[in-house]
Amino acid sequence: MKIALLSDIHSNIQALHACLADARARNVARFAFLGDFVGYGADPVLVVDLIAEHVAAGAIAVRGNHDEAIYSDSIYMNDMAMAAIRYARQVLTAAQTTFLRNLPMLVREGTCCFVHASAASPEKYPYIDSPSAAQRCAEASESPHTFCGHVHEQRLYFGPTDAKMTLFRPTPGIAVPVPSHRRWVALIGSVGQPRDRNPKAAYAIFDSERNTTTFCRVSYDHFAAAARVREVGLPEALAYRVENGF
Amino acid sequence: MASDIDIDYLKALAPGREIDGFRIIDRLRAGGTAFLFRVEAIDRPDIDFPLIMKVPMVGRDQPPESIIGFDTEAMILPALHGPHVPRFVAGGNLERIPHLTMELVGGDGLAQLAASAPLPTARVVELGAALADAVHALHQQNAIHHDLKPDNVIIRASGTAVLLDFGFAHHAHFPDLLAEEKRFAAGSASYVSPEQLTGSREDPRSDIFALGAVIYELVTGKLPFGMPDTLNAMKNRLWASPIPPRARVADVPPWLQEIILRCLEPEPVARYQTAAHVAFDLRHPEQVLLTPRATRSERSSFATQLSLWWRSRDERRKLQRKPQVLVSQSPVIMVAVDTSHPDDARHAALQWTVRQLASLNLEFRLVCVSAIRSASLGEAGGVEDTASGLQLVHRVRLRNWLEPLHLPAHRVSLHVLESTDPAATLLDFAKSNNVDLIVLGAPAPSETALAWWRSVASSVTANAECSVHVVRIPSRPRADWENTVDPVPEKH
Repeated sequence: MKIALLSDIHSNIQALHACLADARARNVARFAFLGDFVGYGADPVLVVDLIAEHVAAGAIAVRGNHDEAIYSDSIYMNDMAMAAIRYARQVLTAAQTTFLRNLPMLVREGTCCFVHASAASPEKYPYIDSPSAAQRCAEASESPHTFCGHVHEQRLYFGPTDAKMTLFRPTPGIAVPVPSHRRWVALIGSVGQPRDRNPKAAYAIFDSERNTTTFCRVSYDHFAAAARVREVGLPEALAYRVENGF
Repeated sequence: MASDIDIDYLKALAPGREIDGFRIIDRLRAGGTAFLFRVEAIDRPDIDFPLIMKVPMVGRDQPPESIIGFDTEAMILPALHGPHVPRFVAGGNLERIPHLTMELVGGDGLAQLAASAPLPTARVVELGAALADAVHALHQQNAIHHDLKPDNVIIRASGTAVLLDFGFAHHAHFPDLLAEEKRFAAGSASYVSPEQLTGSREDPRSDIFALGAVIYELVTGKLPFGMPDTLNAMKNRLWASPIPPRARVADVPPWLQEIILRCLEPEPVARYQTAAHVAFDLRHPEQVLLTPRATRSERSSFATQLSLWWRSRDERRKLQRKPQVLVSQSPVIMVAVDTSHPDDARHAALQWTVRQLASLNLEFRLVCVSAIRSASLGEAGGVEDTASGLQLVHRVRLRNWLEPLHLPAHRVSLHVLESTDPAATLLDFAKSNNVDLIVLGAPAPSETALAWWRSVASSVTANAECSVHVVRIPSRPRADWENTVDPVPEKH
């Protein structure tokens, strides 16, 4: 079975639609949304509704730090991010906020573990920015395949079960074999706000029969998404990021 | 010394047993870290070739490189294609019985052929060029073999070389499971490149070194660095050059020694940059530019080698190149020059284009070709009436065309090909020399009366296996042409 992994959508409905359509064209049967559905972008209402619809139909969803910031003041945000959170708080309904509040931090299923930042203290949202951070995550996940978002770049850390992990930068569109006797921590990139100088939306597909992970990039109308960010009055830098990918 | 787990394995793998849709016929020799079985596919009429199943030795007593090698090959082999690798058929994962099932390649093992070395020069050239073609095909697919040796090469009846065993290989699209396992990462002691000993995994020129070691062995019957049994003994190749082949076998031609020793340079940047260039030189010995390597009669001095190595050791890492980059920056460019019409206005346009291409590529190889009518078909009279005279006239014209470009001699070669079908001759030459790009002129004004598809350019464009750059004379000639192009001398 193929499962699509989508993270860091950040209220970008154009990018989310494009990734879902791309995944369906690749015969994906299930969806997992790995957090940060809101923040930064213009359309938190549409994005949360669409994800809630998928969850009602059996999709997996976990909570990200931007989702938590909607109902909690204890999450640190820079000014730009905070502006987008204040905007989202205004437009989201009570039911949508409840949906975000009720999301789990981490889900394990089969050989997989799904979490927004890291399986090691997920509620603190640490960044996986080194092989040792990836190793802490892999140990805490207790699963061969761990999927995370949060860092907005596509990376794959791998290693035998008892040794330190190694970083691999995947090539989009290539199915990478990920046999389950090794450990794999896949950072799947950001649907709504890529930061690797490439504005294409990023997501990944895990094939549980073949044991492969494919990192995907999808072209979409990122100028329209940026225009929406300006239209609702969010900081210009957030529109620029969607337009340019950094 | 089989462990308990190995014995369980062998029970499941007895002749007649079925695994994953394959029936075991018999067990072949055990490789270093795997059992090999001949198998047949059950209900698979699409498979009309013999199969081999490779099953890794997994168990408590087995070294970890056995399973890393299996995982590496299972990852890379399915991604490879073409006549130079065994066709991948199926793979089974470790949860059940792990296996890799592939084409059982028929032909002669290069190891058997190498056993009767020293081989005659013509045979060495044939085998060496076939092996270089195979290595180049692998590099073009973003992969590096890292364990080239006669044991891992089969020569098909057609003469095509097939590479086996990708357990040490690297592929740019996949995680390198060996990257962090430096103690296992080197290939076989007798052939491994110096940079592999220091942990390098991403430089395809490591395969060029091993290619040189194999050709050395075919030529001399000896291994260039012997059979070292310790890492320290292996490391002498970081600075030492081997005993020159001509010091071992006196009748090795200097050009062949030049090719071998250039492959075996300790610094990757001093070697051939692609295997296609090695194959080209092997097939065109008269075009090999001889350097002091060609006539060296003893190893270079310790001091020379050490200072070379010392000076460049900091450079080693940053000069590493990925296969894709290396292959794309080291193209073999073939330019077809119509020397039958020395006054043709297209000559300047071709020169300008080639100059542009040369300036883009650091490691290009420019192959200048003229396809001419066979002597028997030429007009009677004068020096052109004889085959050798005709060759000479066109060779001189080709050199005159090339001369204004001022390209270094070791990057260029000249070829006059006699033909009754110029398009077919050009295509054939391009294919057999791993040409990446063909540059040729658009049809001449005299040819416009014919349909476009009948011209040489259209036929080459339609049928080439590589890219084709068709050069046209713009209606307004470029200002910089006048200064750079010498008039082509009249030869009548």
